[in-house]
Amino acid sequence: MEKASAGMWRKIDTRYNLIGSECEKCKTLYFPPRIICRICGRDTKMRSRKLSGNGKVYSFTTIRVPSDTFKESAPYTVGVIELEEGPKVEGHVVENGKKVAIGSKVKTVFRKMYVDGDEGLIHYHFKFETI
Amino acid sequence: MMVNMREVAIIGVGLTKFGERWEHGLRDLMAEAGLNALNDANITSNDVEMLYGGVMASGRFIGQEHIAALLADQLGFKNIPAVRVENACASGGTALRQGYIAVASGIHDIVAVGGVEKMTDVTPSEATSALGGAGDQEWELGQGITFPGLYALMAKRHMHDFGTTEEQMAAVSVKNHKNAVKNKYAQFRREITIDEVLKSKPVADPLKILDCSPISDGAAAVILAPLEIAKKYNDTPIKIAASTQATDTLSLAERESITSLKAAQISGEKAFKQAKVKPSDIDVAEVHDCFSIAEILAMEDLGFYKKGKAAKAIADGETALGSKLSVNTSGGLKGCGHPVGATGVKQAVEITWQLRGEAADRQVNGAEIGLAHNVGGSGATAVVHIMKRIN
Repeated sequence: MEKASAGMWRKIDTRYNLIGSECEKCKTLYFPPRIICRICGRDTKMRSRKLSGNGKVYSFTTIRVPSDTFKESAPYTVGVIELEEGPKVEGHVVENGKKVAIGSKVKTVFRKMYVDGDEGLIHYHFKFETI
Repeated sequence: MMVNMREVAIIGVGLTKFGERWEHGLRDLMAEAGLNALNDANITSNDVEMLYGGVMASGRFIGQEHIAALLADQLGFKNIPAVRVENACASGGTALRQGYIAVASGIHDIVAVGGVEKMTDVTPSEATSALGGAGDQEWELGQGITFPGLYALMAKRHMHDFGTTEEQMAAVSVKNHKNAVKNKYAQFRREITIDEVLKSKPVADPLKILDCSPISDGAAAVILAPLEIAKKYNDTPIKIAASTQATDTLSLAERESITSLKAAQISGEKAFKQAKVKPSDIDVAEVHDCFSIAEILAMEDLGFYKKGKAAKAIADGETALGSKLSVNTSGGLKGCGHPVGATGVKQAVEITWQLRGEAADRQVNGAEIGLAHNVGGSGATAVVHIMKRIN
């Protein structure tokens, strides 16, 4: 939704490289990354951690009535993906030969998401692809 | 932490008709509901000491912020303190809780709580986008996961884990439309069938348009007072026996479960404890059916049914009007309409009418204890109120 580039730029690590955060004390992994651990509060430190991007479909739906931004893409499938490291993530799911079902194995792919008109930013994001 | 708190009662309630109110703007709607509540309490604008206004997205819907002062002015509450409360679709319920706290604490005696939304001055896609702000803008809406999409993700997993069917979800909408027929304030006063729901336009699988609450205009208002002086204003004051709220992560994926709302479970448990009643003591309930699956989750989260058992029970008619527990007698969000800021306050209005015995054709016989359950977003906020008739 960002119309200016700063909003995109500061999310490059998470959106392009799937970098989350891990609590040094309780080892809980978070995606998207956060500053404060939900379990340990301020009594710990967080460090960046790259996630593999491999996981399974926990739930999914096909969006048939989209917001204006995604009008060109509809209908499209989105899901809650349970990553192999633990965190659940929401995102687009694309089929690569295999149909999407709960439990389907997926991997992360880097894709164009949408374009802000003829002169605006091209938004890229990770998506999940069935394997 | 409930030391020396005063007991709080509802002494007046008012509504506007919900629906596509082309002829009226936000300020007219709030004034209409407020006037009805003032007349019901038999007080004047000058008696009101403070206003809380539940409004979700007036900036997106009509380009107007700073809405609390506007509402106070339009209601004739000259120069009193006024605060807007925004908690997405739970804005109204949260505003009611703030009003309750203000009276319980002893800071104010007579407090007005309003809820209003004017949603039909924008196109449906602009409204969809504004409502999407109830979820996580960065990680849900910004990725094309619409608000109905979030509830579809919950529904799909609920179907997978508990065998819930599309027919059972449809039965929620059918029941709520049937109740709405008997409510002159409701947006949709017509019955629908299971088949019509199943064949309606798909929105986000498995949800169809008739599984979804509509875009609506409308307002609701209640007047609160300390219980000890409530009889001065009203022969049948309704005591707020519990007022609770809880939160959870804004995004669905980060929660422990997507087939129950932890915030609703926590606020429900706390409310039953505060009111010293059990789920089986409740005679009438208004629960947050923004989507058909949401009413199923609500009935489980509040402890009316064990996990995975509510869908069949609703489809079997166990929560129909006049059954063991009548749920969404107003028609709910689906049948009565869902002007988001107004909804939580409207739930309290309906429960008040039911407990006073003023609910006309949809009256639940002998209703003494009622519950209102108001959810914000996909469950990041939940507010529960338990109300009792004082004889």
